[in-house]
Amino acid sequence: METLVEVKDLYKSYGDTRVLKNINLQLKKGAIVGLLGPNGSGKTTFIKTLTGILKNYTGEVRINGYKIGKDTKKNVSYLPDHEYFENHVQVKQAIAMFKDLYEDFDDEKCKNLLSKFKISETDKIKSMSKGTKEKLQLALVISRNAKLIILDEPIGGVDPASREVILDTVLENYNPEQTILIATHLISEVEKIFSEVILLKEGEIVLHDDVESIRMSTNKSINELFIDTFK
Amino acid sequence: MKFNDNIPIYLQIMEEIQRLIINDTYHCKEKIPTVRELAVSYGVNPNTVQRALSELERKGLLISERTSGRFVTDDEELIRKLKTDVMKDKVNKFIQEIYEYGFKPEELLDELKEILEHGNTSRS
Repeated sequence: METLVEVKDLYKSYGDTRVLKNINLQLKKGAIVGLLGPNGSGKTTFIKTLTGILKNYTGEVRINGYKIGKDTKKNVSYLPDHEYFENHVQVKQAIAMFKDLYEDFDDEKCKNLLSKFKISETDKIKSMSKGTKEKLQLALVISRNAKLIILDEPIGGVDPASREVILDTVLENYNPEQTILIATHLISEVEKIFSEVILLKEGEIVLHDDVESIRMSTNKSINELFIDTFK
Repeated sequence: MKFNDNIPIYLQIMEEIQRLIINDTYHCKEKIPTVRELAVSYGVNPNTVQRALSELERKGLLISERTSGRFVTDDEELIRKLKTDVMKDKVNKFIQEIYEYGFKPEELLDELKEILEHGNTSRS
């Protein structure tokens, strides 16, 4: 499988605090990668280097061969861990916004997902539950034909039924040409859809391996391994 | 289908598909669902399903046809052998467990006879 993301000797500090240290990794096309670590382990900082939001770091980060910048931004579709639409926004306005911003946005696909999620284009953000807002944002983000999809805590704060719908949707839309990076604390809910995981501890990678190899060699689930590593 | 996260998922998918072949849900020569369909219905990574199917191909139980998909083997002898192997394996594990409780072979046989002839009479 072809490499999509390549990170070499990545370091990032805020003042005297090192938040990312010696990050070296490659992610292949078609992989669904779990980015796991306790709060403050550097997950979100790492994601921000990939999305291009964070610029002052040392080391090299490439997506599809290009250094992070204008050429890579259009290749990355990012679901942040917070809501980003104002209350007065209507679903159809959100769709129009995405269509306007991103060339690779697939209108048709988004509409299909929204009807599956029972979200109407005339609904307003204000009237939506947290789970519905998450579904709307997910639908928009995965309707882009981007090479790298980053989902930061896609099922956080959502009821179990909605969690399943969200995870099913990720699987139903699987594309072997895409890489999906998922940061989450809800490991046992999500671990079956990962192909590999990255464990971050205090800004460093302590493990990056295929999930099935981990299960084979440790007789542990990824959730148990996480608990043993960080307790 | 519930999987145990402590054991490689592809092994559990292999076992499940073998079960479906043995109990004739997937008939001899019949087409099985695609990787994508199985991944969605099991709720697991498509690469994991792919790995399970490749292993079953290697064992000869599944045949991949480039354009038309994956099929259960037409080798009935191989399926018969699979049935025998699985039966032996399951029974051995069961006997092992019974012996760990200290039961004797005669006790096991008596109980088996009783249950097979009169149905399960335990009142648990």
